[in-house]
Amino acid sequence: MYPSLHTDRRSFLKKMAMLSAMTAAAGMFPGILFAEEQERGIPADTDLDWKKAPCRFCGVGCGVLIGTENGKAIAVKGDPKSTVNKGLCCVKGYHSIMALYGKDRLTKPLVKKNGSYVETSMKEALDLVASKMQETIKEHGKDAVSIYGSGQWTIPDGYVASKLFKGCIGTNNVEANARLCMSTAVTGFMTSFGIDEPMGCYEDIDHADTFVLWGNNMAEMHPVLFSRLLDQRLRRGVKIKDFATRTTRTSMAADKSILFIPQTDLAVANAICYEIINNGWVNTEFVQEHCNFNKGLTEMGYGLEDNYQFTDKPEAISFEDYKTFLEDYAPEKVARLSGVSVKDIKYLAAHFGDPNKKVMSLWCMGPNQHSRGTWMNNLIYNIHLLTGKISNPGNSPFSLTGQPSACGTVREVGTLTHKLPHGVVTNKKDREFAAKIWNVPVENIDPKPTYHTVEMFRALDRGDIRFMWIQVTNPMVTMPKLKLYRDGANKEGRFIVVSDIYPTPTTDVADVILPSAMWIEREGMYGNSERRTQYFEQMVQPPGEAMSDTVQLLEVAKRMGFEKQFYYKDETHIEEIYNEYRKHHEGKKHNMAPLEVLKSQPGAMWPYVDGKSTQWRFNAKYDPACSNGKDFHFYGKEDGRAVIWQRPYEPAAEEPDAEYPYWLCTGRVVEHWHTGSMTRRIPVLHQAMPHSYVELNPGDAKRLQILTGDKVKLTTRRGEITLPASINERGVPAPMQVFVPFFDENMLINEITLDSFCPISKEPDYKKCAVNVEKA
Amino acid sequence: MPIKSYLAYPHKGKKKYLQQAFLALEGCEVLPADNEDLLILVTETDSREAEDCLKKKLEAIPSLKLLAMVSGFDTPKP
Ligand code: SF4
Repeated sequence: MYPSLHTDRRSFLKKMAMLSAMTAAAGMFPGILFAEEQERGIPADTDLDWKKAPCRFCGVGCGVLIGTENGKAIAVKGDPKSTVNKGLCCVKGYHSIMALYGKDRLTKPLVKKNGSYVETSMKEALDLVASKMQETIKEHGKDAVSIYGSGQWTIPDGYVASKLFKGCIGTNNVEANARLCMSTAVTGFMTSFGIDEPMGCYEDIDHADTFVLWGNNMAEMHPVLFSRLLDQRLRRGVKIKDFATRTTRTSMAADKSILFIPQTDLAVANAICYEIINNGWVNTEFVQEHCNFNKGLTEMGYGLEDNYQFTDKPEAISFEDYKTFLEDYAPEKVARLSGVSVKDIKYLAAHFGDPNKKVMSLWCMGPNQHSRGTWMNNLIYNIHLLTGKISNPGNSPFSLTGQPSACGTVREVGTLTHKLPHGVVTNKKDREFAAKIWNVPVENIDPKPTYHTVEMFRALDRGDIRFMWIQVTNPMVTMPKLKLYRDGANKEGRFIVVSDIYPTPTTDVADVILPSAMWIEREGMYGNSERRTQYFEQMVQPPGEAMSDTVQLLEVAKRMGFEKQFYYKDETHIEEIYNEYRKHHEGKKHNMAPLEVLKSQPGAMWPYVDGKSTQWRFNAKYDPACSNGKDFHFYGKEDGRAVIWQRPYEPAAEEPDAEYPYWLCTGRVVEHWHTGSMTRRIPVLHQAMPHSYVELNPGDAKRLQILTGDKVKLTTRRGEITLPASINERGVPAPMQVFVPFFDENMLINEITLDSFCPISKEPDYKKCAVNVEKA
Repeated sequence: MPIKSYLAYPHKGKKKYLQQAFLALEGCEVLPADNEDLLILVTETDSREAEDCLKKKLEAIPSLKLLAMVSGFDTPKP
């Protein structure tokens, strides 16, 4: 018999580590043999109890297996049964369980009294939250209360939040931090296809010949998917093209790295379309059969003013009109603007134009956090639509998501001001449908959207919003032009509730702090980038009085008199909520898999029809919702046709000038999850990346006589910040550009960023503003 | 006391060299696949610092093309 865990724990764990790797290898190389192993006879698991869950961190949504022992999570391995990661796991995923056990976990509710926090019971804290909300509604009206959630909300969290606020209280003051990262992807999909989320799936990686990464540092942000790309290159010789503003780990691993001047991706994408048309690479039959051409309004502004409003006015145009428009984007003209050579523009276009090559485009925050982000998403779709390289294995424009349930909770449940789980608040039929399932009078659901995220925080500053409940997110680190919004939250007469697992700069502005149960301390589901819904059960107990965000919301709803709508039993509430939620999506276009299926396998992809996930939507071969009798059916649009949009290049809201001569770009690093509130408490990750920094181009650094580690002062029109310099380390910005990660709450880069946003999606542009750089 | 496992991809024709390079480092156990260009590497170190140091050495091996992490275990110090 194999030695017990206690007598030879390390040797046992080593064998387990070996076994995990062998299983992963078997998933990637069917038929792989390890002779030596057979002699050694690796044991089956013994005392450790392994249970499956989606990873807590990024939107890749890797399947992981969590090993628990004596009520504590002690080990993580990639789930070899998961088609997402095939047994692999990145540094954050592996360390994820350590985020449960930081020393300063919030375990008791805290209420601010005379400027300091006092411990109280959960019952009293929830009573206070409910009564404050009722009082605010009575004094200032229903639109004075709001909830701000997250793409890290589980599906049940977001669902009950939306039902309480939209259905019961009757306000559309429901937003989530995915507005800051994914709302552009949504408006991109809605304008081009009339329905949200990617048509393809991760399996496209196994079929594509060329990968074009649009401003997407996958090596750090989607590491396991990037490993899958590299694996395909080793096996099949696929090509990876990195198109970005900065040289990153992704650029270094790519076959070709092409740098462009910030914001000019719009022009380069149009130039690619110009080349496709001029070289006769258009898939004419596909375009004639399945596409329309539209143009929208231009010179929309950048949303910098309070109460800024914009609604696009689409107008049909002909193919000839579109062709004429593209004449301004001949490669020779675009090369001057973008800094991308004519040769490189033609090179990129040729990959899309080659009828024998399957092309997958991948992007995330580059095109999304962009003051013309919806346009940029449209332009990538244009390229794939013109060439017919879409909705087919390996031909796939694929918008990646950042958070574990930005798709599952924010986009699918619809926790944004204008959305309902099915459809939008402005549509009478959609309101009636939701009201019926929610068991509320239809008049309760307000037909008018209220505030998108930036405007919601502006409303808090103005006093139009008086009560805000923030769950699973850290806006006092992530809001652009941060000081304005922090001062607003701290104003007299505002009441802020924050549900979280650790103290953060956001709990610092709270009147009530509620301790939350995290991830596997409760039951729930996440939905990842590829429309995959994944279930996890409760595996360990939450500390102290910590409670899931779902239960916190249910308790407050009941205290406010909505017992009828929040009837769920304690033991089965997650199952009941999910079953109710599924009703919103019934039908071939969005059916969600039953809970038993999610419990039995590493997730399922919607539309889940006749016991099967749908891998490629809009293609009649794979998607049972196609009903037009043709090979493709873009059924999100009434006439079943996708839209190719005429979208021009327009400059960014703020570009470098004599006073502020550099571009400032912000972003993430592989070690840390967003604002670092969890990963900075994991010693190994914190040690690997202990603080923020500013990356400079080596030429600029030399001219300014700055060495790595020297203090550098960055100044924008919003303020200044001092950070240590990083030169030729992880990333290398182009000349006259700097990059700063945003994970460090002690070096808040968002104090100096600009709150301009895409007028269509209202997503801020964190990638571009003007900055001055000096040695401090 | 971290224990980690990886899939290690050698450069073409360098599987043997890679295996030898791994074995020359303390705390590495290697299992080469019989019929594919792939090795499994299990590392065992005494501290996070030693782990970081080993990782740097691994990444510097010329015959290594790609190292993909599969699992990790952190055992408390005895
Ligand atoms: S790639 Fe993302 S989902 Fe996968 S293990 Fe890493 S952090 Fe988790």
